[in-house]
Amino acid sequence: MAKGGSKLRIDGTGKPLWLVLELTYRCPLKCPWCNNPLDFDELKNELTTEEWKTVLRDARKIGSLQLGFSGGEPMLRPDLEELVNEGNQLGYYTNLITSGMGLTKDRLIELKRCGLKQIQLSLQHSDREKNDIMVGVQSYDDKIAAIEEIKAQGFPVVLNVPLSRYNIDAVDDIIDMAARTGVEYIEFANIQYYNWALLNRAALLPTKEQIEYAEARVNAARERLGKKLTIYFVVPDYFDGRPKACMNGWGAIHLTIAPDGSALPCQEAQVLEGVVFPNVRDNDLGWIWHESPAFEMYRGDSWMKKPCVDCDEKEKDFGGCRCQAYLLTGDATNTDPACSKSSHFNIIQSAVAAARINQSPQMPLVMRSRGAINGKMKLIQP
Amino acid sequence: MTVQDVPFNLNDRPVLNSVFLFRWEEQEQAFLLLYPEGIIKLNDSAGNILKLCDGEKTLAVIIAELKSLFGSDDIEGDIYNFMEVAHGKGWIEAKN
Repeated sequence: MAKGGSKLRIDGTGKPLWLVLELTYRCPLKCPWCNNPLDFDELKNELTTEEWKTVLRDARKIGSLQLGFSGGEPMLRPDLEELVNEGNQLGYYTNLITSGMGLTKDRLIELKRCGLKQIQLSLQHSDREKNDIMVGVQSYDDKIAAIEEIKAQGFPVVLNVPLSRYNIDAVDDIIDMAARTGVEYIEFANIQYYNWALLNRAALLPTKEQIEYAEARVNAARERLGKKLTIYFVVPDYFDGRPKACMNGWGAIHLTIAPDGSALPCQEAQVLEGVVFPNVRDNDLGWIWHESPAFEMYRGDSWMKKPCVDCDEKEKDFGGCRCQAYLLTGDATNTDPACSKSSHFNIIQSAVAAARINQSPQMPLVMRSRGAINGKMKLIQP
Repeated sequence: MTVQDVPFNLNDRPVLNSVFLFRWEEQEQAFLLLYPEGIIKLNDSAGNILKLCDGEKTLAVIIAELKSLFGSDDIEGDIYNFMEVAHGKGWIEAKN
C-alpha cells in the first residue's frame, strides 16, 4: 500500500488540486500526537468568514477541487456551515475532518443541506476509558453518538484512527467495533512525527513487530469483512527505509491555509524556521502559489543534493519530506532521513531500535494544551 | 461479455453513488468525478454516459440517447463495458 501522501489521480497540472483550510487551532482535545504547531496558542488572528470565502473563490480560480475543513476542531467555528455552503456552490468536493466534538444532529443536518460530501471522524480506541485517556478529555461517548448521527444523515462513516504504541495492538478490537457500528471506511494512520508527536516520539513510536502484527491483523480483517468495511493501513516511513512521497512534492498539488491566513505547502511547513510563508491577507493567492519564494523553495528537483539528485526514485518520492529532513537533520535540503540512502538514516534507525528496548521513556508524555510548553523552546530530542 | 456480467437491466435506473460529485470543470475542459481524497478526469464518452445516470432515466433510455448523441447504433457493447467498470468501482448503482 502507498504511504501517506495523496491519492489524487490527476497530477502534473501545476494546480493546487487539494486545498485544506485549518479554520482554527483551537480544539477541545489534548492529543499528544497533534500536528498543530507547539506554539498554537500564541497564534491568534483567525481569518474572518469573509476572508475564508475570498480564499475559497481565489483557490478555485487557480484550480483547487478538493476541499478539506480541518483544524484544530473546525466545529468550533460557528460559520462552518456558511463556508461549506460557499465551497459547495463554487464546485468543490467538501470534506470535514473532525474529532466529532460539537458535531450535533442540528449542525449535521445543516451541513448536509449546505452540500457537505464527506466526514472523517477521528477515534482512538474501541475502549471508552483508553480512548478518553489518550486524548485527555472524556470524548468517547460523543464520538459514538456522532457516528450514529453521521449515519442517520446519510453520510458514509469514515473513521480515522491515529496509531501509536497506545492503541496499535488493539486494531482487531477497533475493527470489530467499527464493523458492528456500521462504519464503512476506517483509516489506520500510523502517526507521523512532527510537532507534538515528535516531542512525544519516545512514548508513541511502536516497535516494528507491532506494526507488522497490526498489518497482518488488518489483512486478515480485509479477507473476513470484504466490501463491508474498507480498511486503509498506511505503512509508516520509519519502518521500511523508503521515504514517503510527501505532498506529492512541495508546491505540487497541495495548499494549506493556516488559521491566520498563512499559506503553506503542507500542514507542517511552519516548522521550517527562517522560511517566510506568505499570507492571504497580504498577497494574491495566484502569486502565492505560482511565484512566491516559499512555494518555489523546494519545488521540482533543483534544490536537491546527493544522493537525491542522482537517485532514480526522485520522481517517485521527491526526496521525501522537507520538514522531517529539517527537524531531524537541521537542513531541509538534506535527503529525508527515513530514506536508507540518507547519511542520516541512523537517526531513524536508532529511534526504531529504541522503541524496542525503551519501555519507559525518559520524558513524560506532554498532552497538547495551552501553555504546555514554551513555543520557542527547542525540541528535546530523545 | 456474457449477459450475467452486466450489473444493470434495461429497466434499471442507474444513479451516481452519493459519495461522488460529478461535474464539468471548465479549467480542465473535462467531466470530473470527485470523491473522498480523489479526482478522476473522465474522457468524453465516460462523461457523457455518467451525465445520463441521474436515477430517472432507465438504461434503455440512456442507450437510446447515447446512440442518438454519437450518431451510431454500434455502441451498446461499449456502454455495457463502461457500466460494468463504473459499477465495479462503486461510482454508480441501480435504482429500481
